[in-house]
Amino acid sequence: MNSTTVNTGKFYGFRLPQLESNLLGSAVRLVALPLLGMLGFLLLWSVTAQNIDTSLGKFPGPAAVMEQFKALYGEHQRSREKEHAFYQRQEVRNAERLAADPSYEPKIRAYTGKETFVDQIGTSLVTVMSGFLLAAAIAIPLGIAIGLSKTLNSAVNPIVQIFKPVSPLAWLPLVTMVVSALYTSPDPLVAKSFLNSMITVTLCCLWPMVINTAVGVAGIDQDLVNVSKVLRLPALRHVQKIVLPASVPMIFTGMRLSLGVAWMVLIAAEMLAQNPGLGKFVWDEFQNGSSDSLARIMAAVLVIGFIGFLLDRGMLMLQKLVSWDKSSNQ
Amino acid sequence: MYWKTPFKKLAAMLALAAGLGAGMTSAYAAELGYPEKEELTFGFIKLTDMAPIAIAYEKGFFEDEGLYVTIEAQANWKVLLDGVIDGRLDGAHMLAGQPIAATMGFGTKADIITPFSMDLNGNGITVSNAIWEQMKPNIPTQADGKPVHPIKADALKPVVEKYKADGKPFNMGMVFPVSTHNYELRYWLAAGGIHPGFYAPHKGDISGQIDADALLSVTPPPQMPATLEAGTIYGYCVGEPWNQQAVFKNIGVPVVTDYEIWKDNPEKVFGITREFAEKYPNTTVRITRALIRAAMWLDENNNKNRPEAVKILSRSNYVGADYDVIANSMTGTFEYEKGDKREVPDFNVFFRYNATYPYYSDAIWYLTQMRRWGQIPDDKSDAWYKELAAKVYRPDIYQAAAQSLVADKLARADQFPDFANEDGFRDPQTHFIDGIVYNGHKPNEYIDKFTIGLKSGQKL
Repeated sequence: MNSTTVNTGKFYGFRLPQLESNLLGSAVRLVALPLLGMLGFLLLWSVTAQNIDTSLGKFPGPAAVMEQFKALYGEHQRSREKEHAFYQRQEVRNAERLAADPSYEPKIRAYTGKETFVDQIGTSLVTVMSGFLLAAAIAIPLGIAIGLSKTLNSAVNPIVQIFKPVSPLAWLPLVTMVVSALYTSPDPLVAKSFLNSMITVTLCCLWPMVINTAVGVAGIDQDLVNVSKVLRLPALRHVQKIVLPASVPMIFTGMRLSLGVAWMVLIAAEMLAQNPGLGKFVWDEFQNGSSDSLARIMAAVLVIGFIGFLLDRGMLMLQKLVSWDKSSNQ
Repeated sequence: MYWKTPFKKLAAMLALAAGLGAGMTSAYAAELGYPEKEELTFGFIKLTDMAPIAIAYEKGFFEDEGLYVTIEAQANWKVLLDGVIDGRLDGAHMLAGQPIAATMGFGTKADIITPFSMDLNGNGITVSNAIWEQMKPNIPTQADGKPVHPIKADALKPVVEKYKADGKPFNMGMVFPVSTHNYELRYWLAAGGIHPGFYAPHKGDISGQIDADALLSVTPPPQMPATLEAGTIYGYCVGEPWNQQAVFKNIGVPVVTDYEIWKDNPEKVFGITREFAEKYPNTTVRITRALIRAAMWLDENNNKNRPEAVKILSRSNYVGADYDVIANSMTGTFEYEKGDKREVPDFNVFFRYNATYPYYSDAIWYLTQMRRWGQIPDDKSDAWYKELAAKVYRPDIYQAAAQSLVADKLARADQFPDFANEDGFRDPQTHFIDGIVYNGHKPNEYIDKFTIGLKSGQKL
C-alpha cells in the first residue's frame, strides 16, 4: 500500500491529484493520442503527396484538399443564389403568361441546376437509408421466420448462402434492366436512378441481417422458450415477448454490418451507373481531368469515410439504447 | 349592304386556302404556341462541342422559350443513346452518325431525328509520345524546323508496318462505331495507305477489324488520355478538349485536326426521337430556336464571346477541364507538339457557314462511310441514301425555328440559308486530305473513288 491510498479517506485534498492524474490519463488516451495519430497521418500524407507526380500534377496534400472543401462550399452557396433567382424568374414568366392566357394554370418547376457537392451528400444519405430500411423490413421478419423454423431454414439456407457472396455490382445491371422494364410511369414519384441505387443497396445488405437475425433467434435460451411453452403463448405473442427481446443484440449486429456494406456498395453503384450521389461526384471529377480534380476526389473520399464512420457510430448508439447488453462498444 | 356576305365568304375561302398552302409547305404553324412539355432533360458528353446546350441554358435561351431544362453528363455514347431511346433523356448532344445508324437499325433500332446540327470541325487525332518519335523522321520540316502540316498518315505507315512485322497489334481508340471520329480516323489512315478494317454486321462481326492494319476500338472521350497513358492504345481520334489535354499532360501529340482531313466537316447533332417531335411540335421548334440563338452567340462578333464560353464550359458540371486546356482550341488556335501552337480560326465553328442547318448531304456523307467500311453490307441506290437522310435530318423544323426567330427580330434572314431556293445539299465539297471531291447527290460515285474501302457491288 502506498501513502496515497492510505491518505485518501482521511484527507480530501489528496484525492484530487489522483483524480487529476486519472483525468489526465484519460485525456491523453481520448484526445491527445488520437490527435497525435491524426497529425502523424497528415504529415505522412503531405510528405507522400509531395512525391507523387501524376499527369494532372502533384497528388493533393491536406492543404489542397482543404482549399477544395472551401471551393465546394462556395459553389454550393452560389448555386443556392442561382436557385433563388431561377424561382423569381419563373414567377415573373408565369405571371406574364397568365396575363396573356388566363386559362393557364401556373406551375412551379423544380430548379434545373446541377447538384452541388452538398446536395450529392444528401442524395447519397437518403438513398442509403431508404435501401437499408427496405432491407431491414424484409430481412428481419424473414430472419425470425427462418430462426424459428428448422424446415424453413433448410429450405432458404442454400439461397442465402449463394447470394450472400455476390458482388454488389453484379446486381446493378440486372436491377437497372428490371427497373427500366417495370417502372414505367409518365409522372414518376421517384427517379429511376434512385430506385436502381436503392434496390442494389437493399439486395446487398439483406444477407448479413437475415443471417444474424436467424442465428440470434435460433440461439434463444431454451429456458425462455420453455417459459413461453408453459404460458402457452400464441405464436405472435411468443415472437413479441420472447423472441424479439432475446435476439435484439444479434439483430443489431446484423444491421450494423449491413449498414457498413450498404454505404460502400452505394458509392460503387453510383460510380458505375452514374446515379446521383457522392459516387457520381467522384466519377465526374475523374472524367473532368482538371487540375483540381484529384483534390476534389480526395475531399469526397474523406467525406465518404467520415459519413461511414458516423453511420456506424449511430447504429452502435441505437444498439446500446435498445439492447440490455451495454458492454458492446466496438 | 348585301355584298358584304359574299365578300366575307371569299375572304374566308382565301384564308382557308392560305392556311392549307402553309400546311403543305410545313407542318409547323407560323404562330408558335406554348411548349407542350416544359420540363426537359438533355444529355451530353464532356466535349467542348456541347457548348450550344450549355450556352442556351446559361444565357437563359431555353427559359426564354418557356423550357426548364436539366443538363446531365453521360458516361459514354451508348448510355446517352439508350437514354434518348428509352425516354430518360428528352434529347441529347449526339454523334451525327448515331441518329442515322439508329434509324437504319445498325446497333439499336430507333427513330431518332435531328432538327439542328451542332457544329463544324472540332476533333483531332493524337498519338502517344513514343509513336510520335517514330513518326517524326518521316515528316518534312518547315524553315523554322517545325513539321509541315497537314501531317498525313503516310508518316505513320512505316511505324504501323514495323508493329505488324513484329507481330504486335497497333491499337487505336475512337469513341463509338458510328462516330465521326471513327470515320475521320479511318479516312485519315486509309488516305495514307493504312487499312483500318471492315465491319461485317451480316456475319455478326461488329468489331470492325477485318483485314485491319490498325485495330480500332471504342473508348469514351474523357477516358482517352488515361487509356493512352496506360499504353492500351497508341493513338486516338476524339473531340476537344481531349487532344489538348494530352499535350498539357505531356502524354501525347496531336498530329492532325479534322479541319485538315475535311475542311468544315459537320460534327455533332442534337438528337430527339421522332415520337417526341410529333408529340411535342412546339417544344421541338422552341428547343431548336434556343439552340440556334446559342450557336449565334458563340460565333458572334468574330468569336468575341468565346472566352466567356470557355469559362462556362470549364465548370465541373459541363466539360470540367481546366480553362487553359479548353481555351486552346475554342479560341481559334490549336497546339500540336508542345509549344507548336498554330492558328486554326475555324477549329470550332458553331454558326457561320450554315453550320447548324441539317443538310441532307451531311447525313449522306456519313452513310457513304458506313457503306465504305461495311457497316452497310449491301449496295444501296442513290435514292435510298437520300431517303434515309431525309428521314433523320429535318430542315423543316429548323426552318420553322429560324423563320420565327426572324419574325421575332432575334435573327436576320440573311444569317440563314435561302430556304426557298435550296434543296438540302451543300455544293460539292473539295477540301479533303486525299483530294477526293464529295457530291451528296451521287453517293455511289463517291464511294467508288476510294482506293481502300468497299465499292459498288462488293460484299464481304
